[in-house]
Amino acid sequence: MTEPQTRFSRSEMMIVAAARELAGQHVCFVGVGLPNIAVNLAKRTVAPDLELVYEAGVFGAEPARLPLSIGDPTIVTGAIAVTSMFELFSFYLQGGLIDVGFLGAAQIDRFGNINTTVIGDDYAHPKTRLPGSGGACEIAINARQVFVIMRQSKRSFVERIDFRTSPGNLGGAEAAARIRREQGWLGSGPSVVVTDLGIYHFDETGEMRLDSLHPGATLKAVRETIGWEPRLAENVATTPEPTPEELRLMRVELDPGGSYTK
Amino acid sequence: MRDAVADLVRDGDTVAIEGFTHLISFAAGHEIIRQRKRDLTLARLTPDLIYDQMVAGGVARKLIFSWLGNPGVGGLNAIRRRIEDANPGPLEVEEYSHFGMVGRYTAGAANLPFYPLRSYFETDLPKANPLIREIESPYGDGKVYAVPPLRPDVTVVHAQRADAAGNTQVWGLLGCQKEAAFAAERVIVVVEELVDEAIIRADPNRTIIPGLIVDAVVVEPWGAHPSYVQGAYDRDNRFYLDWDPISRDETAVQAWLGEWVYGLDGRAAYLDKLGSERVASLRPSGSAPSGSVDYGQYR
Repeated sequence: MTEPQTRFSRSEMMIVAAARELAGQHVCFVGVGLPNIAVNLAKRTVAPDLELVYEAGVFGAEPARLPLSIGDPTIVTGAIAVTSMFELFSFYLQGGLIDVGFLGAAQIDRFGNINTTVIGDDYAHPKTRLPGSGGACEIAINARQVFVIMRQSKRSFVERIDFRTSPGNLGGAEAAARIRREQGWLGSGPSVVVTDLGIYHFDETGEMRLDSLHPGATLKAVRETIGWEPRLAENVATTPEPTPEELRLMRVELDPGGSYTK
Repeated sequence: MRDAVADLVRDGDTVAIEGFTHLISFAAGHEIIRQRKRDLTLARLTPDLIYDQMVAGGVARKLIFSWLGNPGVGGLNAIRRRIEDANPGPLEVEEYSHFGMVGRYTAGAANLPFYPLRSYFETDLPKANPLIREIESPYGDGKVYAVPPLRPDVTVVHAQRADAAGNTQVWGLLGCQKEAAFAAERVIVVVEELVDEAIIRADPNRTIIPGLIVDAVVVEPWGAHPSYVQGAYDRDNRFYLDWDPISRDETAVQAWLGEWVYGLDGRAAYLDKLGSERVASLRPSGSAPSGSVDYGQYR
């Protein structure tokens, strides 16, 4: 056994907070990057019965190691089902079986609209070419709710995203709810954003609201890394610190190389 | 492989080397570079390192894709240089989401004029790619988006095994190889192992592609390295990490292609160069055989 761990990095706090949000959820579509480790931590802690769905075509994965990518062979061995991607996207996602789509993002706005396509105003001549949608666009539309995990910075939390890859609450909750209903989207949109500074949920206007600050994070740091004046809960809570067991799982089992947690 | 690529891949073709993280035919990609094919349109959901290398090798005019990255590592830098800086020349792109690409192959395979899906609503993707079009349901229940069929001239599929006729079996992630193969004009199957037809017939549920649509079968063990083959070898993650600094420098990329593609005559030489120790380190850490099922005799 390792000794009790007390000190932790901001990334570790973010991943732990994101994992805890999955308590009580049943079926989770796992996005690329940070969602992968958060979801695998949740499966070992607050949500042991969570069914992991990977866009590569796996339902009910039981990864024996942290998948290096979302197409790692460890998500296949011991899974409930391996499906074609057609079946995964058509029947499982568009068919309405996904409770939570867990996404990362390069840019996000106050309404949880996400950009993972390009940085810069001109799509044809981008300043930075990002990966693109992958499955994120249809996940944002068809998963019952969307969780987001990403680090906070002025470049990522912006007043206006450069490209809308995955829709969130559009221009506000009322219009978004009407459009989602009229167009038959199954999802109700984003419900949680977890960053390295805190936890946001969405208020009745559809805007992000800071509900919890991580230990050591300040409102000043939040304001300095966000491109708009953030809404705050009446009583902003303090996120409970990672437990020794959560830290052990991340450091010893899931990510001994520290590729996500440094 | 040399003959299959020489006979079946032509300058100007649309080529799909499919396989989602799993079963990516790097051997075919390298052979296409080596034969200096030109003006190809490369289609793949996730271009992965193989298309970064092929684009750097100068074979491509255009890229059709849905997620452009080095999975678990970062960006695809040779492709990014072409898109961001037109260096050493522009690269045309046609971009979808994963479901959109899967739908395109499905429509291509099923001889449909389009594939409808509930995606793209309220996003900028249809503006970036006008081939993604909003349509009204003919049954009066709202709008969906349509994507056009994708019918590659050539699809390349790597698999665990096939028989000499090209009846092909895969286990592990299936991606959209079946759809991409049925959509294609010509199909090249590359396998770890050539087996008797009796092996195929003993487990018909595992067949994803019938020899009926296959034009060439190439036996190329380890032909998917540095991607992986379920049950045979793991992804060589070290190579995916190593490619990141190489691909940031055009001179280093060309040197790598010289050493590992142009300078070798095929996969056997590539494996020799890789070394037996590296190869052995990629074997699965243990065995996980399937239970067998009984299909029954019905005479």
